[in-house]
Amino acid sequence: MQWQLLAAQLINGIALGSTYALIALGYTMVYGIIRLINFAHGDIFMLGAYFGLIAISSYNLSLIPAMIISMCLAALVGITLDRIAYRPLRQSPRITVLITAIGASLLIQSLAQLIFGADYRSFPAKAIPIKIIRLGSIIITNRQIIIFGTAILLMILLHLIVNYTKLGKAMRAVSMDKEAAQLMGINVDRVIAFTFAVGSALAAAAGILVGILYNSVDPYMGTLPGLKAFVAAVLGGIGIIPGAVFGGFFMGIAENMVVAFGSSTYRDAVAFAVLILVLLIKPSGLLGKRVQEKV
Amino acid sequence: MAANELLRISTLSVSFGGLKAISNVDMTVYEGELVGLIGPNGAGKTTLFNALTGLCRPTSGEIVFSGKNLSKKSAHYISRQGITRTFQNIRLFKSLSALDNLRIACHQNMSYTFLGGILKTKNASRQEEEAEKQAWAMLEIMGLSQYAHERSVNLSYGNQRKLEIARALVTKPRLLLLDEPAAGMNPAETQELLHLIRSLRSDFGVTIILIEHDMNLVMNLCERIFVLDYGVLIAEGSVEEIRSNEQVIQAYLGADV
Amino acid sequence: MTKRNIVVTALLAGFYLLVQLLAAKRVLLPYDLQILGLICINIMLAVSLNLINGFTGQFSIGHAGFFGIGAYASAYLTVVHDVPFLIALCAGAVFAAVIGIVIGLPALRLQGDYLAIATLGFGEIIRVVILNIPQVGGARGFSGISRATSFGHTYLFMILTVLIIKNFISSYHGRACIAVREDELASETLGINTTFYKVSAFTLGAFFAGLAGGLFSHYMGYINPAANQIGFLKSIDILIMVVLGGLGSITGSIGAAIFLTLIPELLRGLAEYRMIVYPIILILIMLFRPAGLLGGKELSWDALSRFYQRFAGKRQKQRVTGDGSE
Ligand SMILES: Nc1ncnc2c1ncn2[C@@H]1O[C@H](COP(=O)(O)OP(=O)(O)O)[C@@H](O)[C@H]1O
Ligand SMILES: [Mg+2]
Repeated sequence: MQWQLLAAQLINGIALGSTYALIALGYTMVYGIIRLINFAHGDIFMLGAYFGLIAISSYNLSLIPAMIISMCLAALVGITLDRIAYRPLRQSPRITVLITAIGASLLIQSLAQLIFGADYRSFPAKAIPIKIIRLGSIIITNRQIIIFGTAILLMILLHLIVNYTKLGKAMRAVSMDKEAAQLMGINVDRVIAFTFAVGSALAAAAGILVGILYNSVDPYMGTLPGLKAFVAAVLGGIGIIPGAVFGGFFMGIAENMVVAFGSSTYRDAVAFAVLILVLLIKPSGLLGKRVQEKV
Repeated sequence: MAANELLRISTLSVSFGGLKAISNVDMTVYEGELVGLIGPNGAGKTTLFNALTGLCRPTSGEIVFSGKNLSKKSAHYISRQGITRTFQNIRLFKSLSALDNLRIACHQNMSYTFLGGILKTKNASRQEEEAEKQAWAMLEIMGLSQYAHERSVNLSYGNQRKLEIARALVTKPRLLLLDEPAAGMNPAETQELLHLIRSLRSDFGVTIILIEHDMNLVMNLCERIFVLDYGVLIAEGSVEEIRSNEQVIQAYLGADV
Repeated sequence: MTKRNIVVTALLAGFYLLVQLLAAKRVLLPYDLQILGLICINIMLAVSLNLINGFTGQFSIGHAGFFGIGAYASAYLTVVHDVPFLIALCAGAVFAAVIGIVIGLPALRLQGDYLAIATLGFGEIIRVVILNIPQVGGARGFSGISRATSFGHTYLFMILTVLIIKNFISSYHGRACIAVREDELASETLGINTTFYKVSAFTLGAFFAGLAGGLFSHYMGYINPAANQIGFLKSIDILIMVVLGGLGSITGSIGAAIFLTLIPELLRGLAEYRMIVYPIILILIMLFRPAGLLGGKELSWDALSRFYQRFAGKRQKQRVTGDGSE
């Protein structure tokens, strides 16, 4: 195993990991606020990729406006999903909501297949003409840099929103104590809708980035990255925002290391192995605190 | 007072993170006693019950029940040794009928195997009949027969408390821990409960530890009282002794009595 | 044997004879027979998952993994080692049960959605492992399996599965499982070893899913490791049956399995809408009737006759008091 190959896989891992981190942020924020594993989150990621693809190939937009439009549309989808499927179930057992989320995920997938077709579609190459950058014997593509850069930029933006805007602060308040936040006059439903919007927008951005990275978009592309990003969120401690970022990079790198040192057929099993290890050893995640049921 | 020692707790401590909910508690309870455990909110009474029933791990110390060391044993094992309880915030099997709540509690009295159940052997059917009989009998004793097929969550608050006591009794415990059984009851119900608890002890020969905020109830019912404050046992003794204990009055009774 | 048992046995046998007769007269074509077999297999899957999810309250969404283990293990035995079909079938089921214990012991320490996601993970790991075993065909699938399963096999094993799970549920062991669902801590204080019962229910469920898998691979003569065969999508299919019929209702699961197996056949022209209708059903049930159609209740002769009596009674009352003023 040469170190160049290792370095290349590490770079791949960081690029992929930054997209996982973006998706994981949505999972973690939604879980933090309503304790729901939003199974449909991965499918919003997929929709984001399609929105971007269509904006670029049919409307000839360049990457940045396409991404902004895609993020806005995905935010709308996220809000609608919450309004129709989840909000009526706020008082229901969590399993009921979880089943609903699974249903929503399947529904979005099937609708996408009906509307966009089941076949793979590729991002037009003109969106980002590929350039290769050499650092000594290490090869980096401009796409990898753009993916990483965009992801970091969005994370900084999220950090600012959560910490310095009124809605962001309300979000943190609600995730700490819903009842107390309500008593303090915070409109909880609005805050939840806002959380879905932000999470979905990040997922949509990730969708476009993954579409560029692998140069392919299809209706089922959300399932596996969605699950892996979920694992990333659990790994970092679900509900903890920096945890999701850490988990995302970890998963991306781990996955590519397995490809480098093992077999690529097992790359998808890595996520689940990590998940199970985390759940069994420290279910609250690496950065999480343990909570015990009070009797 | 029978001198037969049933439960001995020595230097028991329970901590949650930095919080010492129980520290170095020593307590002995004798067979057939009815003792009270009192103390202000957050004193660690429920935590002591949790430690006794295996629902939380003691940080240190020992629990010896009828000669057996029960510290660090699992909750179901402890229950099988004869300690069972009710909960401060009722924990019935909500969606099941009152009768089914009690039939489930017959668990320890049954022994047929999986295969026996699947094949519905004679032995299995006999045990099932027996369990059903026990459940009905207990409903009768508690005056809950007419609610046998009612979902337990639909019973009145007082009846839910009684059903929970019934459920605990079906396991044929030697030591019964009651965690604020009168909470939320009106005076008439409380009075009825007082008689019920008294008769339970004589009818079932069960030893009882009672956590209760209603001082009248405790003073009326219990022969001996333990007082916890901030996780420390600050007093123990007869009703009279507790009534006149300076420390207790300061910590807890103060305004009340 | 009680009178009712005799009636039920006669009805079940009668149905079997009727199917055989219609098949002999070519009223039922081999394809119809295959659908009937698939219904039986799906009933086994739904009822066994209901034992885990509905009765014991341990939310698993990896059931298809055990189905896959049974399907592949039994086929491996008959194809590669020439083991007789029925022995291979049982061995596959036992193997699935063993894996059920291995997975259940650690996973069942988790609760609620964490458990759900862990079982999903285990299910996918099983699938990926199968995918990577060249002896059973890898990603291409495993073909050349003898079609040893007949409709009779599926029918018989379906009845056995339902009977065993039903009797288990009504034993004190089954009540312990229900107690675990209702309140784990309270169950422990009543002397119920909750870990033991969670793992038992999980293992028993895995066993019957494995049995269904063995029947399936020898029914179709082929099995492949796609997500809709032995993976996440198949698990969701089974879950939908359980949820539609009602968590904790065996008759509900049976009805839902029949309905959901038949519906794509009946709506042939709408095949591509199936994947849209399914999730909508799922969401609507959760929104409006989260306990499922039967809501944890069982459909039985008693319930039916009670319903009939109430219905008839009402009509009688109407006739007595009915002066048309209402
Ligand atoms: N599972 C737990 N985790 C953390 N703290 C706990 C837990 N259970 C109890 N406590 C704390 O221990 C202290 C004693 O509580 P408790 O035993 O319920 O008091 P009491 O029953 O006397 O009112 C309280 O400060 C409570 O907050
Ligand atoms: Mg208390």
